[in-house]
Order: sequence, then structure tokens, then C-alpha cells
Amino acid sequence: MYKIAVVGDYDSIYGFATLGLDTFPVSGRKETEEKLEELAGSGYGIIYITEAAAAECKSVIEKFQEQILPAVIQIPGVFGNTGSGIQGVKDSVEQAVGSDILFSNN
Amino acid sequence: MASTQVNPTRMELTRLKKKLVTAVKGHKLLKDKRDELMRQFLDLVRENMALRQKVEAGILSANKNFVIAKAGMSEQILNTALMAPKQEVYLEADKKNVMSVDVPVFHTKTRTADANDIYSYGFAFTSGDLDGAVKSLADILPDMLKLAEVEKSCQLMAAEIEKTRRRVNALEHVIIPETQQNIKYITMKLDENERSTQIRLMKVKDMMLEEAHHYKEREFVPQ
Repeated sequence: MYKIAVVGDYDSIYGFATLGLDTFPVSGRKETEEKLEELAGSGYGIIYITEAAAAECKSVIEKFQEQILPAVIQIPGVFGNTGSGIQGVKDSVEQAVGSDILFSNN
Repeated sequence: MASTQVNPTRMELTRLKKKLVTAVKGHKLLKDKRDELMRQFLDLVRENMALRQKVEAGILSANKNFVIAKAGMSEQILNTALMAPKQEVYLEADKKNVMSVDVPVFHTKTRTADANDIYSYGFAFTSGDLDGAVKSLADILPDMLKLAEVEKSCQLMAAEIEKTRRRVNALEHVIIPETQQNIKYITMKLDENERSTQIRLMKVKDMMLEEAHHYKEREFVPQ
């Protein structure tokens, strides 16, 4: 049985607590990285992370990309959408096909 | 390209021929695997993009609602209202095998079946906007879970496709031509050896006949 975590700045994530997801407010690079490592090792199957927080710990997220669990998924925070979630999808197309043939024009 | 050390022996030839057969078979299989993976990946990644756009739009509007809700009530009341969530989500993860790639399949269970259990507060002190905000977030949750499953599958499949593509290319452009070259080299070398043995035997036969019958001496017998 796995749990679901939401990581990011407090204002972006406090709403998710009402749905029954575990929220972990973090700030700063070091704290985010440590929290992510800790969550991955303690039975969380899905970790939603705000795009702003994800930008600070790219290397840790890349490490989890090859593993089947946890799934680290970027979501937009309260300060708006940086587009890095969409970029992640484009990156995986580029990795598989060699160039972005699907979404290059939008 | 027989630059690498190859022993021109029949045993080596048989070994290389077997290797070539395996390589060609493997190349065909891997190519099929790559094509099928690619087909499934393209479908999945389109779904991924659509879901992501939907989820991002949903979260954006939910965040707006939360900001409005926050503006209409004091921070303490809001914190108290959200402090003890009623609902809990449990996640079960199965594995599904897609062309030898293990992708996760998520099933979720909520602690209580009642959809209204997302409101973890009495309605007396909170504004109506908060109810709307929580509801909008709850509505987007199923899509978020689906997104997690699809996006993770896409990432894993992309990595596998990259690996398979490299293997196909290595077989097609390096292993198979090199083996063919080596086979050719050994065949030529063996043929050459055979010819030289033949010639040597003919020569030896000539010499032995000469020794026995002294043809040359008879030819030059003075008349």
C-alpha cells in the first residue's frame, strides 16, 4: 500500500490536504532534495511536486525517472505555470524518437 | 575490415556463421520491438499531453479559487478548517508489462466512500468560496492520478525505446557487417590455402615421377 505526497511551497499545496494527500511544505534547494529522497524511501508511490520546487532538484528527479516507483509528477504552483511539465513530456518524445515530432509547433 | 585478429580456421568459420544467424535474427526481433514500442509510445504520449493540459488548467483554476477563499476569511480559520483532513487516499500500484517494459498501474482507494467527505470542516465559520475551491481540486484528482500513471509509463518507455534503438543500430551497422566481413576473409583464406596445397602436391608428384623415370635424361639422349 502506497501513499501520495505533494511537495512545494505552502500556498500552492495546502488545498491538497483536504483530499487526503500528504502535503510537505518545503523551501530552499537543500530541504527540497532531502524531502524528496526521504519520501521516495518511505513508501510514497506518487509524488506531486510544484514546478518551482522541481526546478531546484532536477538531478534527484532524474534519478527517479528510470525507476518504476515513485512517479514524480510536476504540477503548476500558485505562482503560475512555468511550462516545465509540458517540457518534460516533450523531452521524453525527443528521447524516444530523436526529435520532437509531435508537439514542436505548439 | 578484417583488422581484428581472426583465425582462418574452419571452426572459427562455423562459429562466425552461427553468430551471424543469431545477430540477424536478433536484429529483426529488436526492430519489431522498437516499432511496436514506438507505436504504443506515440499513442500514450498524446494522451499524456492532453491530460497534462487538462490537469494544469484544473489546478490553475483551483488555485484561483483558493486565493479568493483565502481573501474572504482569516488565516487562522482557514488553517483550522484544513488542519484535520477527513479523507485519506490509499494507492495500490500494480505492474503491467508492455513489450518487456514494466509500467505502473495505479488503483486508488479512499478511506470513506462518500464524496462529500472532502470537507473537513463545519460550514459555520468558513466562506462558501472555500467549498468551491476544495470541490474543484477534488474534481481534478482522478485526472491527476491518471496523469501520474501515463506520464511515468511514457518516461519508462522513452528510456526503453532509446536503448532498443541503440541496440538495433549497433547490430545493423557494426556487428552484422563486421561478421560478414570476417566470414568472407576466412572463406578466401581457406580457398587460398587449398589452392596452394593443390599446387604443392602437383609439384611434389612431378618431382617424384622425375626421380623414378628420369624423363629429362631420356629427352636429352644424344642421337
